[in-house]
Amino acid sequence: MPEQTIEMAHDERESSAGVTRRFAENVWNLPRTFRESAIRHGRPTSDRAASQAIFTNFFLHILPARIHRYSLQLKATLGLGVISLVLFGLLTFTGVTLMIYYKPSTIGAYDSMKDIQYVVPTGRLMRNIHRWSAHAMVACVVLHMARVFFTGAYSKPRELNWVVGIVLLVLTLALSFTGYLLPWDQLAFWAVTIGSAIAESPKEVTDAVGITSWFDIGGMTKHLLLGANHVGQEALIRFYLLHVIVLPLVTTVLIGLHFWRIRKDGGLTRPRSEDALPDDTATAPEAAPSKTYGLMAVVPGKTPAVDRALANTIPTWPNALYAIGALSMLTLAAMLLLGYFFDAPLAELANPAVPENPAKAPWYFLGLQEMVSYSAFMGGIGIPTLIVIGLCLVPYVDRERAGIGGWFGTGGGKSVCLLSGLFTLIVTVGLLAFTVNYGWLRNAYPDIQQWIITLVNPGTVLLVVLTLWSAAVTWTTNSTRLGALALFSCLLVGFVILTYFATVHRGPNWDFYWWPSQWPTH
Amino acid sequence: MDNDLKNSERFADIEPRRHFLGLAAIGTAMLALGTALIGVLRLPMPSIFPESNPRVKLGPAGRFADTEVTSLPENRLWIYSDPQGLYAVSAVCTHLGCIVSRAEDGGYFCPCHGSRFDASGAVVAGPAPRALIYLELALSPDGQLVVDQQKEVAPDVRLTV
Repeated sequence: MPEQTIEMAHDERESSAGVTRRFAENVWNLPRTFRESAIRHGRPTSDRAASQAIFTNFFLHILPARIHRYSLQLKATLGLGVISLVLFGLLTFTGVTLMIYYKPSTIGAYDSMKDIQYVVPTGRLMRNIHRWSAHAMVACVVLHMARVFFTGAYSKPRELNWVVGIVLLVLTLALSFTGYLLPWDQLAFWAVTIGSAIAESPKEVTDAVGITSWFDIGGMTKHLLLGANHVGQEALIRFYLLHVIVLPLVTTVLIGLHFWRIRKDGGLTRPRSEDALPDDTATAPEAAPSKTYGLMAVVPGKTPAVDRALANTIPTWPNALYAIGALSMLTLAAMLLLGYFFDAPLAELANPAVPENPAKAPWYFLGLQEMVSYSAFMGGIGIPTLIVIGLCLVPYVDRERAGIGGWFGTGGGKSVCLLSGLFTLIVTVGLLAFTVNYGWLRNAYPDIQQWIITLVNPGTVLLVVLTLWSAAVTWTTNSTRLGALALFSCLLVGFVILTYFATVHRGPNWDFYWWPSQWPTH
Repeated sequence: MDNDLKNSERFADIEPRRHFLGLAAIGTAMLALGTALIGVLRLPMPSIFPESNPRVKLGPAGRFADTEVTSLPENRLWIYSDPQGLYAVSAVCTHLGCIVSRAEDGGYFCPCHGSRFDASGAVVAGPAPRALIYLELALSPDGQLVVDQQKEVAPDVRLTV
C-alpha cells in the first residue's frame, strides 16, 4: 500500500496542476472524511454492525453490545439508576453555570445569589433546576436503593456494587448538605450551624466518659469541617471546595466504578426464569465479533457466559439507547418544568444572632433532625452510622440465592414487607405520640444522667425494636432473605414516617402542631 | 487450558521467605504513605482560629450592676446582676448551637429542637445534654466589663463590682 502511494506522488510531481486538483478535492471532501474519521461506522444495518457501533464508541462502550430482554422492561429497574445519572449530569451542568457568578465569600455570596436570581439572564432558571434536581436526585437514589434491595440485586456477585451504591448515597447527601450553605441565607446558616454541631456531638459521649480534655474527636471533626469555632468565611470556602471539586470528583469516579461493575457482575439482575433457553435455540442471533472476548480467554471463569446469555438478548443499538434517551429527555423535561414554575427558596441574609424558628433542614434530613431532637449524638451520628454499616453488611450476611432478581423474592416476601411496614407504622406513630404527649426520661427524672438519655431515647428504642422484629422474622421464617427484607422495609417506612412527621407536624420551638397553619405568628 | 493457567509455575509454591519479604515491602510502603497522609491531614486543621479575641469589652461595669438583666444579642449572652455581683449566661444552646430565647418566667427555650432550661440554666426538657454555660467575667483597668466567651465558670461565681 505505501509503495503505491509513493509511486503516485512521484508520478504527479511533474504537473503542479495535479497536486492542486487533489488538494481541492481533499478540501471538498473534508466534511465527509472528517465525519468518517470520527464515526467509523454508518447507521448499522446488521446485528453485528449494531454491536460494533456500541463497543467502538468511547461514550457507548460502557453499555454491553447486547442487552437482556428483561432488563429493558420498566419493572426491572424503573429506570431509577439512569435517571439519577441524568440528574447528576444536569446538576453538574447547572452547577457550572452558577459558578460563573457565585462568589464564596460571606460578603459577596448572598449578593451574588440575588444577582443570579434577579439579574443574570436565565440565572433563576438554572438555580431552580439545580435545586430541584438535587432534591430529585436524593429521592431517585433512595428509591433506586429500594429497588435494588427488593429485587435482591445486592446478592452475590453484586455485593461490592451494593456497597459502592451506599457510598454513592452518602456522597449524594454530602453534596446536598455542602451545597446548602452556599447561598449564605438564614436557612443555610442555621442548618449548617446545626449540622456542624452534630459533627461535634461525639462530645456528648466523651463528656459522659470524661475523656474530652485529651481526646476531643467531636471538636476535631468540627474544626476540620469549619476551620473555625463558628460557621463563617472559613467554613464557607471549605464547603464550597467540597461541593464543587472534591465530592463531585469522588462521585464521578465511583459512578464509573458502579456502572463498570454492573457489566462485570453479569449485567442487571433478573429472575432465573428469564434465562430459560427458547426451544428453537437455533435462532440464536449472529454472534458478536470474537475479539471482544479476546482478553477474557486468558482468565478462567464463567463471566462472559457467551452461549447462554445471547439467547434472550437484543442489540443495545437501538433498543437500550432509545430507552435511555427517552428517560433522559423525560427527566430533563420534568426538571425544566419544575424550574420554570417553582422558585428555589432564598431566605434573608444570614444572621448569626437570631436563629430561624423553626430551623428546618431540607426534607431528606428532617427524619434525622427529628431523631437529633432526642439525642444529638445518637440521632445525628450513632443511628445513621449503624444503619449505613448494617446496610453494607446485608449482602454478606444474607447469602440466600432463591428468588433473586424478582420483586420481593419468593415465598411470602411481599407479605413480610407489608407486615413489617405495618409494624413500623404502629411502633413509630406510637413512640411519636408518646414523646409528644409525655416528653422523655428527663421530663420525669430531671436529674437523670445524660448518658442514659444518649443510650435510651425514642430513636434508639425505635432502632432496637425494628432490629428485634427483623431478627424475629429471620428466626420464625428460617430465612435471612426474609429477615433482610423485613429490616429494609422497617427502615424505609420509619424514614418516611419520621420525614413526614418532622415536615408537617413540627413547628416553632420544635413543638407539635397538627398543621403548619396553626403555627403562632409573632 | 484452565488448569494450565491456574497451576502456572509462576504462581506455584511461593516460598514463605519471599512471601514475607513481599509483605514487608507492601507494609513499609503503606506505613510511609499513611504517615504522609496524616501529615497532610494536619493541613486543614486550623492552627489559628479566624474568630476575634474571645475576650470582649461590654461597656462600663456600673451600668450592668444597675439592671437586673441585660441582653446582649450581638455577643450571644445575658449579664445578670444580683446582690452578690454580676454573672454572664451564654445564649448558645448546649444541644446544637442555636441561640436560646429568654422566657417570661426567667427560663430559656431553644427554637431549634425544643430544649427548655430553668432560670438557673439547668435542663428541664428536650435534647440538650447539659446546662447553659456561665461565662467568665472580669473588669478591665478602665472599669469596663470584659467577658471571655470561651471560658466557662461555675454557676455560683460572681464578679463583685
